[in-house]
Amino acid sequence: MTLRIDQISKRFGPVQANDAISLEVQPGALHAVLGENGAGKSTLMKILSGFQDADSGSVTLDGAAVSLGDPKAAIASGIGMLHQDPLVVLPFTAIQNFILGTDIDRAEARRLIVETGQRLGFDLDPDRVARTMSVGERQQLEIVRLLSLGVKVLILDEPTSGISTGQRELLFAALRTLASEGLIVLFVSHKLEEVLDLCRSVTVIRRGTVVGERPLPCPPEALVEMMFGEIVTGTTHATGGHGTPLLRVANLHVTGRRQTISDVNLLVDAGEVLGVAGLEGSGQGPLLRALAGLDQTTEGTINLDESDLTNRGHRSFMAAGVHFLPAGRLEEGLFPDLTIAEHLELALGDKTVDWGRADERAKSAIERLSIKGAPNDPVEGLSGGNQQRVLLAMMPERVRLLLMEHPTRGLDIESADVVWTQLLERRTEGTAIVFVSADLDELVSASDRIAVCFDGRILDIVDANTVDANQLGSLIGGQVTA
Amino acid sequence: MKRAALAGGASLLVASILLIVSGTNPIEATGVLISGSFGTSDKIADTIMAWAPLALAAAGLVVTFSAGLWNIGVEGQVIAGAITATAVARSMGGPGWIVMAVALLAGFVGGAFWGVLAGLLRTRGGVNEIFGGLGLGFVAQAFATYLVIGPWKREGIASTSGTDLFREDVWLPTVGGTRLSLAPVVVTIGVLWWVAWILKSTRFGLELRAVGKNLASARLVGIRSEPVMLGAFVIGGGTAGLAGAFVTMGIQHKLVPAVAGGRGFLAILVVLLAAFAPRWIAPVALFFAAISVGSSQLNLRLDLDSSLGGVLQGVVVLAAVLVAGWQLQRKINRQEEVR
Repeated sequence: MTLRIDQISKRFGPVQANDAISLEVQPGALHAVLGENGAGKSTLMKILSGFQDADSGSVTLDGAAVSLGDPKAAIASGIGMLHQDPLVVLPFTAIQNFILGTDIDRAEARRLIVETGQRLGFDLDPDRVARTMSVGERQQLEIVRLLSLGVKVLILDEPTSGISTGQRELLFAALRTLASEGLIVLFVSHKLEEVLDLCRSVTVIRRGTVVGERPLPCPPEALVEMMFGEIVTGTTHATGGHGTPLLRVANLHVTGRRQTISDVNLLVDAGEVLGVAGLEGSGQGPLLRALAGLDQTTEGTINLDESDLTNRGHRSFMAAGVHFLPAGRLEEGLFPDLTIAEHLELALGDKTVDWGRADERAKSAIERLSIKGAPNDPVEGLSGGNQQRVLLAMMPERVRLLLMEHPTRGLDIESADVVWTQLLERRTEGTAIVFVSADLDELVSASDRIAVCFDGRILDIVDANTVDANQLGSLIGGQVTA
Repeated sequence: MKRAALAGGASLLVASILLIVSGTNPIEATGVLISGSFGTSDKIADTIMAWAPLALAAAGLVVTFSAGLWNIGVEGQVIAGAITATAVARSMGGPGWIVMAVALLAGFVGGAFWGVLAGLLRTRGGVNEIFGGLGLGFVAQAFATYLVIGPWKREGIASTSGTDLFREDVWLPTVGGTRLSLAPVVVTIGVLWWVAWILKSTRFGLELRAVGKNLASARLVGIRSEPVMLGAFVIGGGTAGLAGAFVTMGIQHKLVPAVAGGRGFLAILVVLLAAFAPRWIAPVALFFAAISVGSSQLNLRLDLDSSLGGVLQGVVVLAAVLVAGWQLQRKINRQEEVR
């Protein structure tokens, strides 16, 4: 039962999500697919499990081709996927969910749930209503169901996000049992520790291509470097801060829905660029949102110059000169259906609307940032790079603290250059920049200093001029080097 | 324009099939509908008097829909406006024209208040405005019925046929011996222009559309969404209340429990068919008013049930919405092919 993925490619608009990905996995493997958010691992898994069609390439299981783009066919050929949020019908009982879309009868289903469950160490009640089950228990039910359908390749997409430590141990034990029986387990994650704990081999994906494969265990720095990319330029723009402290963060705590951050202390100078590195979900996101006044903090203070902005709300932060550039663009930042001119009027206009002036403003921004579009074009028709430039054009003239999430994610090189040229110009006016990125090269070349987040804390802040890839890699992996 | 032609063609086809199945010549039925709504000066007057409240309610709906608020509670807001206008007309003394002006204003305020209640349920209570609006609609309906058979009942008789007639000098004046009065027409045209201006040329209108498109982005550019949403409900509810006031002051001259008479829901269809554009509301509402008024003749002249008019209105909107949905799907498919 060998799984072969051969030259799979998939493009979404300007983004090449998968670029000729090939992979071979032997029976009994506990194989991890590792990569940052947006690296293309989820797309690949959706293609494998039939939820997405591929542009080109093929998948074979023991030499037999798997027909792509049909989840039912994928399961019939032996490939099943456990989704991040297990696909169950909440008001149904375990049995009802189990037999949905299959021709297993109720008695057989009851037997399978109990017996297969017990064999894997799960304690499943066939008559429990799914709504009253925890996410972990729904996952267990779904695993048992997929096995009963004859699945030989089990894909798990970030399975540990919503479950307790105990359930994670149970899940890992079950996966080890299944692998020892010859099943192929594909474990998709961005969590390094879990991959190192569970898996015996790993493929790292970055920007849609396979950047490396390793047997496990191996040193975490090697994996981090593959995930985040090498540092290629060697030179940096760093000039250091201007010596005037601008942003002061003391003892900051934020309790988010999925991530929390605790005990963050930061001092950022005017004109300084602070990069924030870390594995996804280490707390960078909530930290940036708290600094923008978008998330409530539970403890600690945020000061800009002499003014205390702690929990004053986003509008007060804006008034103080804080600007937040989100990563989502169409999800958060832009307004589908509204035109470029309307966006700029919203962000920069006065109390009264003057469309003549708005049009002029849009024209000059289009020229300055070489946006491919006209003032009256709706933004959802623009490419990602041009949408990002519209967001840049929406920045007020005077910004004292600029906060950015993944400023160049998904952009081509030209667009990324435009973005950074625009941003670094602002430093000369004393604007401080704090940005989160998953690109080591970008972090090192654009920052003066780099703060590394791990598990909701800032592990260390290093000088971007002197840090080397190994040191950064082990920090991101959670190890403090002396 | 292509879309309008497609929708028109599709609805014409379905309506014709419907009429043929019910044993009527579609051309003859159309003739009856036209003569029933525009045949005499009285019929024209009735059609215009039906048009004004419908167009008013629809004008306000465009504002709430632009803010992404599915204000389904228009019916209740029409009733609320009728109630407050009635309260003024019944109790206020003084010259008739002042009472009329105050009653119309009270109608706007009453409808706006009822709209803001739905808005507050949404922004403060987390109740979706669809459910809040529907619930408040039932409350307004029950309250109107209670007033008519309770505190405001006619001397000696408690009947759902309505309160006593208002004193005659607060009836909206009519022209040329018909039932047409000019005030609703002038105000409706004014409100349609006002709404179009708000949406196109004011900062509030721009923020309204921004909130309707993406709440998260609106927050990032510093828009306070709650005042914007409540403002939309003030305009949407207020114009609906004004519509209720015009029905009471200009047509019924008393409060009847059925004062809204489905106008609130019909206005939703008008806005859908007008594709949310203020400039299309006047003609679309006129078309709907003509069908409503003319369909009573279907019964008298062709022995058809007059509810056929409502069926026709529904079919037209369904056809328009289907064509719009179909074109959107084609656009999405094309975009996916490009990808």
